[in-house]
Amino acid sequence: MEVGQMQRRLVDYTKSLFMEGFLDAQFLQLQQLQDESNPDFVVEVVSLFFDDSEKLLNDLTMALDQPNVDFKKVDAHVHQLKGSSSSIGAQRVKNACIAFRSFCEEQNIDATLRCLQQVKQEYYLVKNKLETMLRLEQQIVAAGGSIPMIELGF
Amino acid sequence: MESCNCIEPQWPPDDLLMKYQYISDFFIALAYFSIPLELIYFVKKSAVFPYRWVLVQFGAFIVLCGATHLINLWTFTVHSRTVASVMTTAKVLTAAVSCITALMLVHIIPDLLSVKTRELFLKNKAAELDREMGLIRTQEETGRHVRMLTHEIRSTLDRHTILKTTLVELGRTLALEECALWMPTRTGLELQLSYTLRQQNPVGYTVPIHHPVINQVFSSNRAVKISPNCPVARLRPAGKYMPGEVVAVRVPLLHLSNFHINDWPELSTKRYALMVLMLPSDSARQWHVHELELVEVVADQVAVALSHAAILEESMRARDLLMEQNVALDLARREAETAIRARNDFLAVMNHEMRTPMHAIIALSSLLQETELTPEQRLMVETILKSSNLLATLINDVLDLSRLEDGSLQLDLGTFNLYAVFREVLNLIKPIASVKKLHVSLTLAPDLPEYAIGDEKRLMQTILNIVGNAVKFSKEGSISITAFVAKLDTLRDSKAPEFLPVLSDNIFYLRVQVKDSGSGINPLDIPKLFTKFAQNQSTGTRNSGGSGLGLAICKRFVNLMEGHIWIESEGLGKGCTAILIVKLGMAERVNESKLPYMPKMPTNHGQTAFPGLKVLVMDENGVSRMVTKGLLLHLGCDVTMVGSSDECLRLVSHEHKVVFMDICVPGIDSYGITIRIHEKFTKRHERPLLVALTGNTDKVKKENCMRAGMDGLILKPVSLDKMRSVLTDLLEHRVFFEAI
Repeated sequence: MEVGQMQRRLVDYTKSLFMEGFLDAQFLQLQQLQDESNPDFVVEVVSLFFDDSEKLLNDLTMALDQPNVDFKKVDAHVHQLKGSSSSIGAQRVKNACIAFRSFCEEQNIDATLRCLQQVKQEYYLVKNKLETMLRLEQQIVAAGGSIPMIELGF
Repeated sequence: MESCNCIEPQWPPDDLLMKYQYISDFFIALAYFSIPLELIYFVKKSAVFPYRWVLVQFGAFIVLCGATHLINLWTFTVHSRTVASVMTTAKVLTAAVSCITALMLVHIIPDLLSVKTRELFLKNKAAELDREMGLIRTQEETGRHVRMLTHEIRSTLDRHTILKTTLVELGRTLALEECALWMPTRTGLELQLSYTLRQQNPVGYTVPIHHPVINQVFSSNRAVKISPNCPVARLRPAGKYMPGEVVAVRVPLLHLSNFHINDWPELSTKRYALMVLMLPSDSARQWHVHELELVEVVADQVAVALSHAAILEESMRARDLLMEQNVALDLARREAETAIRARNDFLAVMNHEMRTPMHAIIALSSLLQETELTPEQRLMVETILKSSNLLATLINDVLDLSRLEDGSLQLDLGTFNLYAVFREVLNLIKPIASVKKLHVSLTLAPDLPEYAIGDEKRLMQTILNIVGNAVKFSKEGSISITAFVAKLDTLRDSKAPEFLPVLSDNIFYLRVQVKDSGSGINPLDIPKLFTKFAQNQSTGTRNSGGSGLGLAICKRFVNLMEGHIWIESEGLGKGCTAILIVKLGMAERVNESKLPYMPKMPTNHGQTAFPGLKVLVMDENGVSRMVTKGLLLHLGCDVTMVGSSDECLRLVSHEHKVVFMDICVPGIDSYGITIRIHEKFTKRHERPLLVALTGNTDKVKKENCMRAGMDGLILKPVSLDKMRSVLTDLLEHRVFFEAI
């Protein structure tokens, strides 16, 4: 498949991520920060996000598994996750975190467990999407093309 | 004296006889001598006598004869020999001359006779010429009269004056007793006495038009002698006088439309007036040919003059009418302009007035959507949002349409990605299409240029409208969108005669075809589709929504883009195809900085913004920290990262100009750090600027920051541009608090 087509596919795919709400404008900002002096910025940030989130989710799972749930700690973790996801522009994860936090305040265990599931689900979804996207980018770069920038036109 | 040998007995000369002979001879001689004298005298008097030589001869002859007779006188008595010899000489001479003369006369007398005949001939000729001269003079006279008459007639454009003048002048020229003009009445069945020469006020006397004499006059274009007893000629009370000869001639009344400049009027018009001319009674004058000709010519001239007058009247009337109409039109135009202005003002005001609440509704509904709602509430809010969006679209449409109709709408031309437009449309329509289980396919021709110059927004609006219609009116099946560059022949056979595409080097015509397999349209309804507010009620369901303005607007946009749009359908149930052709400019090798489709290129301007500015970033969240670092690196700053307050305090130095602290993480005592940093750097100019980064829009927090001694506060998320402007402001003013 030639470069132009791959680039178009990437653009379409990225656009679909935006349209479906997985990513928001913050992600675009990240892309803008990538330049010659910082060629792998997005990849690095995304990887960091993945690592961070995995850890946080594990912590959350463990925390909620306790008989006496320490909601403050849970809240702290969720806050972190919210911060990370909003920094990277993972909109749905962020929204899920917001919902999570409200239930944390209420100290509602069932709701929080459900929220955790939700957050995890969203996280895995967005992880999947981001990985696909990054793979596409790698292919393009390997084929000698350049990664196109997206502009949201509507 | 010897005796003579005479035969007859000599008788002695008788005295009486001798006497008489003597006297006769004397007189003969006298006569003979006087004749030449007379001749000479008279010939001398007249200079032209051509035969002098003959005269001399004749004179000589006569003189000699006279001489002979004279000498004879002496021979009566006895005479001497001398006398006899003289006598003999004389006689001989006389004989000679007379013979010669006789011979001469033979030649001369015929000549003289012919002179006479020539003289006669010349006299005849002179008489003839005289006659002809007389004729010519009369003709010239007639011509002069006609010219004068014509001049008089044509010097006025008033109908009555023309006719009156004609009669007066004719009367004067021809010394008429009476001259009258009979005009046909409105009904055309009678002739009415309209003008007479002598009588001041004609009575209004009418005569039926179908009189044989009148028909005779009307059927010929010559002046016709008529009987004085004819009803048209009975103008004077019948007196004891012998009426003079009467002549009548027709005057064609030329109808405006029959008057051609180049060919003399074909007398296809049947309307004639009758002019009757009467010679003075008891004058025994006859109508001469030249007079009749004069009358005919005058009649024609009158006809012409009358039609000129009629034309003038007509044109004056038309001009007055036009002026009135002009005034009325001007007024109407001004009123229309006022109305349009009023409407525009109204629309502008209403537009703003309508949009403000709409905006509020839409914005608040969207915000409402973001909050927690029960499912019913969410449904209600979504409905509100959808309806208000629809309403907003309608308002926009109405405003657009009115601006389009005024011609005040102008295209925003720019370079844009054509492929992107189609993909957008596709993406926007896909959700709806998939709900209705319609399959949408997009085919872009390979030769379609990727970039074009045109009005992107409106092109997208148009295509979206058409595709939307296709989706709206299809219950099942598929929709195919194809786009390609229209070739000249396909352009020409588009169904609009007024669509004249002009090809030139930097433009191309984009042709988009949207084919659907939906309910189709009755071919008879197709022309109505593009008219405003007319929605096809027979097809489609009642809740198809829309204002009916969409296609009208599309058509106007397409017209602005110098294109053409139409719909083909084979009938109900057979789907339809919408085809649009628009003119777009060719984009040259595009300046890449304008495009979103950019390859990676060094963004120089970011790096030189704040070169080498030493910045410290404190953020517990790794990802967030990295993003902020990335931002600042991109702006060219020299970034140091710390993950905790202790690290921050340890590493902060006077080299750092700005310290960014993320204070939204619970557990970080940002105020404490602030205070400690203040303590560390007593001198103000050494202390770095302290800026708080927070995602929390809490006014209280902001006040706390300010009180604690922070120099700035920024809300997350921070975009590149925001960071740039914040740093600029910060470094200039040494303080920056974002409005919350």
